[in-house]
Parts: sequence; C-alpha cells; structure tokens
Amino acid sequence: MRRPAPEPVQIVKQRRDAALAALVGGVPYMQFMGIGVDRRGDELTATMTYDEKLIGNPLLPALHGGATAAFLEVTALIEISWAMLWNDIESGAIDIETLVDGTLPRLPKTIDFTVDYLRSGLPRDAYARAKVTRSGRRYASVQVEAWQDNRDKLFAQATCHFLMPARTSGAQ
Amino acid sequence: MVDKAAIARQFIEAIPHSKALGMVLTEISDGMAEIVMAYNPALIGDPQTGVIHGGAVSALMDTCGGAAVMSHADAPAGTATIDLRIDYMRGATPGQAVRARAECYHITRSVAFVRATAFDEDPDNPVATASGAFTVERLS
Repeated sequence: MRRPAPEPVQIVKQRRDAALAALVGGVPYMQFMGIGVDRRGDELTATMTYDEKLIGNPLLPALHGGATAAFLEVTALIEISWAMLWNDIESGAIDIETLVDGTLPRLPKTIDFTVDYLRSGLPRDAYARAKVTRSGRRYASVQVEAWQDNRDKLFAQATCHFLMPARTSGAQ
Repeated sequence: MVDKAAIARQFIEAIPHSKALGMVLTEISDGMAEIVMAYNPALIGDPQTGVIHGGAVSALMDTCGGAAVMSHADAPAGTATIDLRIDYMRGATPGQAVRARAECYHITRSVAFVRATAFDEDPDNPVATASGAFTVERLS
C-alpha cells in the first residue's frame, strides 16, 4: 500500500488560517471586545487585549464580569464552530474562497452558559482555551478556562451547551 | 438615611464597560433594577442576520444583577459576581433595544441571589433568562 504524498505545509496552513480568519474576522462584537484567536495545529487560544472600556470596577480596578463572560462565550463558540468545520477544512470539502467572501455555514447556537468567577480580572490581557467535551448530532458541551499572567491561576471558567445546526448536505 | 438607589445608580453609570455598551439604568429600587441597551452594530455577533452577540446580552445581565444587589436594603457596599447562568431562548431582534430586569430575591450576610430576564420589544417572549449568586461586600 502506498500513502498519498502529504500536501505541502503552506497549502495546509493557508487553508486552516483562511478558515479561522473567516470565522473570527467578520464578527463586529469580537473587534469591539478586542478578542483575537491564535492557532497551533487545531488548538486555538483566544486573547482579549486589555482596554479601559473592559473595566467593571474602576476602584480596584477589575475587568467587568460581563466582559469576562463574553470573552469565555466567544471562545467557546469559536471552538465548537472550529471543531465542527475541522474535517471539512482538512478534506477540502469547504470551499475556502466562499469562506473568505464571508459566506459561513450555519454555526452552533448557544443554549446556555454558566460562568464561575474565580478571582477578579486584572487590568491586563486575558487568555482562554475551550475544550469540546461532547459533540453530538444535536447538542454539544464545551468547557472554557481563562487566565491572565499564570496559566495555573484561572480567573474564570465556564460550561456552555450548544444547539448544533442541522446537517443538510451529504457531509456526515 | 442613605439613598441606596442613588448610590447604586451613580456607581453603575460610572462603569466603563457598561458605558461602552451603551447601557442606561431606567429603574432602580429596593433589590430591583432595569437596564436598557440600545441596538448597536458594533455588538453584532452574526453579520448575516445582524443579531447581537450573546456575550453582550451576558454583560447586560451581569450588570443588571449587580445593580439589583447594590440597591438591596441589606447590601452594605459593593458586590461581585460569584457565578451566573444564562439561558438563551432566542436571538434578540436586530434593530431593537434589549432590556434586562433583575431581582435580588434573597440576601444573606455573605451571598446575594439574583434572577434576571432580558427582552426586546416583545414583552411576552423573553430573549434570555439568568440566575446567579453575588458576593456581599462588607464595609471595612
């Protein structure tokens, strides 16, 4: 048996980066919040760049709980969308040109979102990673962790449930 | 007699993130708060439909919950969210303001319990509901 030759690395990266940019770039609210996403292989890390408008308690000062919640929610939604699209991105079933034009497939919808505030958010950049703990045909569960200076000291964590879009095409 | 509602109003209106999201406190009384957030294209989460991002609704619920706690007669000073659960019934209609109402229905020496509901212009069909626990900060 012969393995097919692997695709050149730049082609693979270009396709993955284009898909991620399409998922992230077109969302006004993410720009408003200063949220960006970095990729290593299939692993995503979201960053919320510090800005004065994210402050909730000017006396401490501390990040607004709502800003923290929104950051975790954005991260969870991007992760579940990314996980849903990954196979189609890798196989080339998704046309990257269409994605770049801003035509996204239907994305999962948030059903509920529970956030735990573990310590107050400091006035500096925040990072978050999400993990899809279960992704079914109709529902998915996602966990998210957020930290600032120290990866082991989470300042917030969350659990989210998503309603998955109905798969219409021949894709499984 | 200190006017708790006036203090809470002053505090809420000075929060940078709430100001950035365009939140306006429309009602505040003993343990109850209502905040309106106007429709703003910068808050869109789905560019194809113009529906605002769930995160903005979460921020509104969190602020409104905190305001309800601060206005409660038994809350001595500030508050911070311990946990918050938000259930999304539907996307808010594009172009319409979102209005959240929160009630601090029980408070102990350390913890305040809150529930909240968010609506757009359809008062019979909530956009989201929330329940959460908040800290009760002592005056030191």
